[in-house]
Amino acid sequence: MSSDQEHWHFDKVLSSDLDVGHAAIEELLTALAVCGWEGSDLFRIQMAIEEAIVNAIEHGNKRDESKKVHTVFRVTPEKVLMEITDEGAGFDHRNLADPTTDELVDQPRGRGVMLIRELMTEVVYNEIGNQVTIIKLRSDPVAEPS
Amino acid sequence: MSTHRRISVTDDVSGVSVVRFVDKKIVDSGSIEQLGEELNSLVLVEKRNMILLNFDSVEFMSSAALNKLISLNSKVKAAAGRLKICCLRAEIKEVFTITRLDRVLDLRKTEADAIAAFKL
Repeated sequence: MSSDQEHWHFDKVLSSDLDVGHAAIEELLTALAVCGWEGSDLFRIQMAIEEAIVNAIEHGNKRDESKKVHTVFRVTPEKVLMEITDEGAGFDHRNLADPTTDELVDQPRGRGVMLIRELMTEVVYNEIGNQVTIIKLRSDPVAEPS
Repeated sequence: MSTHRRISVTDDVSGVSVVRFVDKKIVDSGSIEQLGEELNSLVLVEKRNMILLNFDSVEFMSSAALNKLISLNSKVKAAAGRLKICCLRAEIKEVFTITRLDRVLDLRKTEADAIAAFKL
Protein backbone atom coordinates (compact mmCIF):
# COMPACT_ATOMS: atom_id res chain seq x y z
CA MET A 1 0.00 0.00 0.00
CA SER A 2 1.37 3.39 -0.93
CA SER A 3 2.07 5.68 2.01
CA ASP A 4 0.41 8.49 0.02
CA GLN A 5 -2.89 6.63 -0.17
CA GLU A 6 -5.63 8.70 1.37
CA HIS A 7 -6.79 7.31 4.69
CA TRP A 8 -9.50 9.80 5.54
CA HIS A 9 -11.38 12.42 3.54
CA PHE A 10 -13.76 15.06 4.85
CA ASP A 11 -15.63 17.37 2.49
CA LYS A 12 -18.48 19.32 4.05
CA VAL A 13 -20.18 22.69 3.85
CA LEU A 14 -20.38 24.05 7.41
CA SER A 15 -22.61 26.77 8.81
CA SER A 16 -20.87 29.85 10.23
CA ASP A 17 -21.11 28.57 13.78
CA LEU A 18 -18.00 28.07 15.90
CA ASP A 19 -19.48 25.00 17.59
CA VAL A 20 -19.95 23.41 14.16
CA GLY A 21 -16.41 24.39 13.22
CA HIS A 22 -15.00 22.88 16.40
CA ALA A 23 -16.94 19.67 15.82
CA ALA A 24 -15.27 19.40 12.40
CA ILE A 25 -11.87 20.01 14.00
CA GLU A 26 -12.54 17.22 16.52
CA GLU A 27 -13.33 14.86 13.63
CA LEU A 28 -10.03 15.84 12.00
CA LEU A 29 -8.08 15.30 15.24
CA THR A 30 -9.62 11.86 15.68
CA ALA A 31 -8.70 10.89 12.12
CA LEU A 32 -5.17 12.23 12.58
CA ALA A 33 -4.71 10.12 15.72
CA VAL A 34 -5.96 7.03 13.87
CA CYS A 35 -3.37 7.75 11.14
CA GLY A 36 -0.58 7.95 13.70
CA TRP A 37 -0.17 11.71 14.00
CA GLU A 38 0.90 12.74 17.50
CA GLY A 39 3.03 15.09 19.57
CA SER A 40 4.12 18.44 18.21
CA ASP A 41 2.87 17.75 14.67
CA LEU A 42 -0.63 17.07 15.99
CA PHE A 43 -0.51 20.22 18.15
CA ARG A 44 0.67 22.36 15.21
CA ILE A 45 -2.07 21.07 12.93
CA GLN A 46 -4.68 21.74 15.60
CA MET A 47 -3.32 25.26 16.06
CA ALA A 48 -3.39 25.99 12.32
CA ILE A 49 -6.86 24.60 11.64
CA GLU A 50 -8.28 26.31 14.73
CA GLU A 51 -7.01 29.66 13.45
CA ALA A 52 -8.16 29.00 9.87
CA ILE A 53 -11.70 27.91 10.84
CA VAL A 54 -12.16 30.76 13.32
CA ASN A 55 -10.85 33.26 10.75
CA ALA A 56 -13.31 31.93 8.15
CA ILE A 57 -16.31 32.12 10.47
CA GLU A 58 -15.50 35.31 12.38
CA HIS A 59 -13.54 37.46 9.93
CA GLY A 60 -14.60 35.95 6.58
CA ASN A 61 -18.30 35.27 7.05
CA LYS A 62 -18.60 37.60 10.05
CA ARG A 63 -20.72 34.92 11.75
CA ASP A 64 -23.47 35.45 9.17
CA GLU A 65 -25.32 32.14 9.39
CA SER A 66 -26.55 32.48 5.81
CA LYS A 67 -22.92 32.13 4.71
CA LYS A 68 -21.10 28.81 4.66
CA VAL A 69 -17.58 27.49 5.15
CA HIS A 70 -16.53 24.81 2.66
CA THR A 71 -14.12 22.56 4.46
CA VAL A 72 -11.97 19.82 2.94
CA PHE A 73 -9.55 17.64 4.89
CA ARG A 74 -7.40 14.90 3.34
CA VAL A 75 -5.32 12.83 5.73
CA THR A 76 -2.61 10.25 5.12
CA PRO A 77 0.01 9.06 7.61
CA GLU A 78 2.57 11.40 6.00
CA LYS A 79 0.59 14.40 4.78
CA VAL A 80 -2.43 16.47 5.77
CA LEU A 81 -4.20 18.86 3.40
CA MET A 82 -6.78 21.32 4.73
CA GLU A 83 -8.71 23.65 2.44
CA ILE A 84 -11.00 26.25 4.01
CA THR A 85 -13.18 28.50 1.87
CA ASP A 86 -15.50 31.14 3.28
CA GLU A 87 -18.06 33.33 1.52
CA GLY A 88 -16.63 36.64 2.68
CA ALA A 89 -14.90 39.39 0.71
CA GLY A 90 -11.43 38.02 1.43
CA PHE A 91 -8.48 40.03 2.74
CA ASP A 92 -5.12 41.34 1.61
CA HIS A 93 -3.01 38.38 2.70
CA ARG A 94 0.08 39.73 0.94
CA ASN A 95 0.34 42.87 3.04
CA LEU A 96 -0.47 41.86 6.60
CA ALA A 97 1.30 43.77 9.33
CA ASP A 98 4.01 41.80 11.12
CA PRO A 99 2.66 41.20 14.66
CA THR A 100 6.16 40.60 16.02
CA THR A 101 7.40 44.17 15.47
CA ASP A 102 8.08 46.33 18.51
CA GLU A 103 5.04 48.45 17.66
CA LEU A 104 2.61 45.53 17.45
CA VAL A 105 4.00 42.75 19.64
CA ASP A 106 1.99 43.84 22.68
CA GLN A 107 -1.25 44.32 20.74
CA PRO A 108 -3.90 41.65 21.41
CA ARG A 109 -4.64 40.76 17.77
CA GLY A 110 -3.25 39.71 14.39
CA ARG A 111 -1.37 36.47 15.11
CA GLY A 112 -3.61 33.83 13.52
CA VAL A 113 -2.36 33.99 9.92
CA MET A 114 1.25 34.26 11.06
CA LEU A 115 0.90 31.13 13.21
CA ILE A 116 -0.61 29.16 10.33
CA ARG A 117 2.30 30.15 8.08
CA GLU A 118 4.97 29.42 10.68
CA LEU A 119 3.61 26.07 11.85
CA MET A 120 2.66 24.47 8.53
CA THR A 121 4.73 23.18 5.60
CA GLU A 122 2.88 25.11 2.88
CA VAL A 123 0.13 27.75 3.03
CA VAL A 124 -1.50 29.16 -0.10
CA TYR A 125 -4.27 31.76 -0.28
CA ASN A 126 -6.37 32.32 -3.37
CA GLU A 127 -6.28 35.72 -5.08
CA ILE A 128 -8.93 37.45 -2.98
CA GLY A 129 -8.05 35.67 0.25
CA ASN A 130 -11.28 33.84 1.04
CA GLN A 131 -9.70 30.42 0.56
CA VAL A 132 -6.65 28.97 2.25
CA THR A 133 -4.99 25.67 1.41
CA ILE A 134 -2.76 24.34 4.17
CA ILE A 135 -0.39 21.40 3.88
CA LYS A 136 1.53 19.75 6.70
CA LEU A 137 4.05 17.00 6.10
CA ARG A 138 4.97 14.69 8.93
CA SER A 139 8.16 15.89 10.62
CA ASP A 140 9.44 12.35 11.09
CA PRO A 141 8.10 10.36 8.12
CA VAL A 142 6.95 6.83 8.63
CA ALA A 143 9.61 4.51 7.27
CA GLU A 144 8.57 2.53 4.22
CA PRO A 145 8.89 -1.22 4.65
CA SER A 146 11.91 -2.45 2.70
CA MET B 1 -15.50 36.79 47.29
CA SER B 2 -15.35 36.49 43.52
CA THR B 3 -16.54 33.33 41.82
CA HIS B 4 -14.46 32.10 38.92
CA ARG B 5 -15.55 29.47 36.42
CA ARG B 6 -12.59 29.33 34.04
CA ILE B 7 -9.79 29.74 36.58
CA SER B 8 -8.89 28.88 40.16
CA VAL B 9 -6.82 31.23 42.28
CA THR B 10 -4.68 30.45 45.31
CA ASP B 11 -2.65 32.92 47.32
CA ASP B 12 0.99 32.03 47.84
CA VAL B 13 2.50 32.95 51.21
CA SER B 14 4.65 35.55 49.47
CA GLY B 15 1.55 37.38 48.25
CA VAL B 16 1.55 36.05 44.70
CA SER B 17 -1.83 35.05 43.24
CA VAL B 18 -1.31 31.70 41.53
CA VAL B 19 -3.86 31.15 38.76
CA ARG B 20 -4.66 27.77 37.23
CA PHE B 21 -6.95 27.07 34.31
CA VAL B 22 -10.06 24.89 34.42
CA ASP B 23 -10.02 24.04 30.69
CA LYS B 24 -7.40 21.73 29.21
CA LYS B 25 -8.14 23.16 25.78
CA ILE B 26 -8.76 26.91 25.67
CA VAL B 27 -10.53 27.29 22.33
CA ASP B 28 -14.23 27.93 22.80
CA SER B 29 -14.86 31.60 22.06
CA GLY B 30 -17.42 32.03 24.84
CA SER B 31 -15.07 30.45 27.36
CA ILE B 32 -12.19 32.60 26.15
CA GLU B 33 -14.25 35.76 26.59
CA GLN B 34 -15.20 34.67 30.09
CA LEU B 35 -11.58 33.77 30.82
CA GLY B 36 -10.50 37.25 29.75
CA GLU B 37 -13.10 38.86 32.00
CA GLU B 38 -12.07 36.72 34.97
CA LEU B 39 -8.37 37.45 34.45
CA ASN B 40 -9.02 41.16 34.13
CA SER B 41 -11.19 41.14 37.25
CA LEU B 42 -8.24 39.84 39.25
CA VAL B 43 -6.59 43.21 38.66
CA LEU B 44 -9.49 45.60 38.22
CA VAL B 45 -11.91 44.24 40.86
CA GLU B 46 -9.86 42.12 43.26
CA LYS B 47 -6.89 44.51 43.08
CA ARG B 48 -4.33 41.75 42.71
CA ASN B 49 -1.15 42.85 40.96
CA MET B 50 1.31 39.99 41.56
CA ILE B 51 -0.07 37.28 39.33
CA LEU B 52 1.38 33.96 38.22
CA LEU B 53 -0.41 32.00 35.51
CA ASN B 54 0.37 28.30 35.90
CA PHE B 55 -0.27 26.42 32.63
CA ASP B 56 0.52 22.92 33.86
CA SER B 57 -2.98 21.67 33.06
CA VAL B 58 -3.31 23.39 29.67
CA GLU B 59 -2.80 21.21 26.61
CA PHE B 60 -3.88 23.66 23.90
CA MET B 61 -4.76 27.32 23.47
CA SER B 62 -5.68 29.42 20.45
CA SER B 63 -4.37 32.86 19.54
CA ALA B 64 -7.62 34.33 20.87
CA ALA B 65 -6.59 33.07 24.30
CA LEU B 66 -3.10 34.50 23.80
CA ASN B 67 -4.73 37.87 23.23
CA LYS B 68 -6.33 37.70 26.68
CA LEU B 69 -2.91 37.20 28.25
CA ILE B 70 -1.58 40.27 26.46
CA SER B 71 -4.53 42.32 27.68
CA LEU B 72 -3.99 41.05 31.23
CA ASN B 73 -0.31 41.97 31.03
CA SER B 74 -1.22 45.53 30.10
CA LYS B 75 -3.62 45.81 33.04
CA VAL B 76 -1.10 44.39 35.50
CA LYS B 77 1.52 46.86 34.26
CA ALA B 78 -0.94 49.73 34.60
CA ALA B 79 -1.50 48.63 38.19
CA ALA B 80 2.26 48.73 38.79
CA GLY B 81 2.24 44.98 39.25
CA ARG B 82 3.96 41.99 37.72
CA LEU B 83 2.68 39.06 35.68
CA LYS B 84 4.59 35.84 35.18
CA ILE B 85 3.76 32.62 33.37
CA CYS B 86 5.04 29.14 34.17
CA CYS B 87 4.77 25.45 33.31
CA LEU B 88 4.12 25.83 29.58
CA ARG B 89 4.27 22.58 27.65
CA ALA B 90 6.85 22.67 24.85
CA GLU B 91 4.34 23.10 22.02
CA ILE B 92 2.67 26.11 23.66
CA LYS B 93 6.07 27.60 24.49
CA GLU B 94 6.88 27.36 20.78
CA VAL B 95 3.82 29.50 20.03
CA PHE B 96 5.04 32.17 22.45
CA THR B 97 8.45 32.06 20.77
CA ILE B 98 7.14 32.26 17.19
CA THR B 99 4.94 35.22 18.04
CA ARG B 100 7.79 36.83 20.05
CA LEU B 101 5.51 37.03 23.05
CA ASP B 102 8.39 35.56 25.02
CA ARG B 103 9.83 39.11 24.81
CA VAL B 104 6.67 40.68 26.24
CA LEU B 105 5.64 38.11 28.83
CA ASP B 106 7.87 36.76 31.60
CA LEU B 107 7.99 32.98 31.08
CA ARG B 108 9.41 30.72 33.80
CA LYS B 109 9.97 26.98 33.71
CA THR B 110 8.45 26.00 37.06
CA GLU B 111 6.14 27.54 39.63
CA ALA B 112 9.01 27.64 42.13
CA ASP B 113 11.19 29.52 39.60
CA ALA B 114 8.42 32.01 39.01
CA ILE B 115 7.63 32.58 42.70
CA ALA B 116 11.33 33.13 43.35
CA ALA B 117 11.49 35.64 40.49
CA PHE B 118 8.79 37.76 42.11
CA LYS B 119 11.18 38.27 45.04
CA LEU B 120 14.00 39.61 42.88
